[in-house]
Order: sequence, then structure tokens, then C-alpha cells
Amino acid sequence: MAARAKKRAVKRQEVLEQEYKDLAQRQKPKTPVVRNVLVAYLVGGLICVLGQAITQLYLRLGFSPEDVGNPTAATLILISAVLTGLGVYDVIGQFAGAGSAVPVTGFANSVVSAALEFKREGLVLGVGARMFSLAGPVIVYGAVTAFVVGIIKALLR
Amino acid sequence: MGNYVTAFFVGGLICALAQLLFDLTTLTPAHVLTLFVVLGGILSGLGLYEPLVRFAGAGATVPITSFGHQLVQGALRELETHGWVGVLAGIFDLTSAGITAAIIFGFLVALLFNPKD
Repeated sequence: MAARAKKRAVKRQEVLEQEYKDLAQRQKPKTPVVRNVLVAYLVGGLICVLGQAITQLYLRLGFSPEDVGNPTAATLILISAVLTGLGVYDVIGQFAGAGSAVPVTGFANSVVSAALEFKREGLVLGVGARMFSLAGPVIVYGAVTAFVVGIIKALLR
Repeated sequence: MGNYVTAFFVGGLICALAQLLFDLTTLTPAHVLTLFVVLGGILSGLGLYEPLVRFAGAGATVPITSFGHQLVQGALRELETHGWVGVLAGIFDLTSAGITAAIIFGFLVALLFNPKD
């Protein structure tokens, strides 16, 4: 008898949990996907237009098309670092999502904001150790990909 | 090397694809960005990223997919000139300016600013 009562209690518990899950599902705010994608397109596109303008500027200053990538990236990273220090880039990020995360400015923002956030843990264990806590995976998997592609090309030579 | 129009449309498209993955899958932004770097590297190895750079300019060089592309191209260039060991030596050849800029500017900003709450 006791076993049957226990089973019933468990069953009731499961029903309640399912009802709770359904309710939570209904109450969850719907992600405005269309709005997010359009804003990401617009902001990401504009950051690339800024990059194109900086590229044109350095080309005019005498950099060759092969060499223009470095000063362009460094300039975008500098702009992003200052905006992150001022707290502006994180506001853009909340608005633009992937539009500001995917460009190189987003990579810089992840490095600078991590350095800044962990400043209170000290210059070595905070700033030094945590700087790449967000950007690290990108570097690790990028390097692994480059290594694998390089080995495959070496084997095919 | 692309123009403003192709830079806007291609760069925007790459960001919009990432946003779709943010919103419609359970992948975190860190996973999506990592995936994009790997995809950029694979496209580069297949010889498909360089034409995109010629078409879209900054639309292809500013998004993070370009980071994977440059890591691969660095490895492949050193492979051409120095053989096997070049794969190890060359990976960060083309990206060192960007990574160093992020470290230096990140360090300076951390010294000069305080985190906002």
C-alpha cells in the first residue's frame, strides 16, 4: 500500500514539474529574431564600412594593398579599446549583438573588457591572467585550424 | 580590394548569420565566434576566402572569419618558404599586429580606466 502511495506521489510530482515547465516556456520573453538580425546586419555592415574607409586612408598614405591590413586592424582595435574604456562599446554591444561582436572591434572589446573587469584582482593575476579569458578560445581554435590546414597542405605537396 | 557597398553588404551578412546562430541555436556567442574563426580558416585553406577579400575588402577582413583566414595564410606562406616547420612558425605571422595591438591597448586601458558598474 505504502509503495503504491509513494508511486502516486512521484507521479503527481512529475505532472507538477511538467506543468511548471510549460508555464515557464509560455512566460519566457520571445526573442525578436528579425529585429536582432537586421540590427546586427546594419551595425556589422557599418563597422566594415568604417574599416573600408580606414583602409582607403592608409592606401592613400602610401601603404601597399598587402600591408594595409595591419594598420587598419590596429586602428580599429584602438578605437574599440577607447570606446570599451569609456563604457560605450558595451552599450553598442547590448543593442547590436553579433553586429558588434563579430568584427575585429568585438575581439578587441572582449580583450579590453576582460582586462578592465578583473583589474581589481591585481595587475598580474587580474589584468594579465584574465585578459584572454574571452578571446582565448578564438585564438586556440584558430591556431589549431591553421595547423591542421597547414599539415594537410604539406602532405598534399 | 572591395568598395563601401560590397564591404557593407558582405560584412553585414556575416554578422547577420552569427546573430541567427545566437538567437536560433543553444550555442553561446563564444561558441559562434569560435566556429566562425574555424570556418574562416577552412574557407581559406580551400582557397575561397581570398576571392571574398578581393570582392568585399573590409567586409571580409574586418569580421572574425578573417582571423582564421590570416592564421591559415600565415602557416601556408611559411610552409612554402621554410617547409614543415614553417607551419608552426608562420601561424601568427599575419595576425601578430592585431593580437599585439589588443594586448597593448587592453593593458593601457586597464591602467587608465576603471570598470563601470
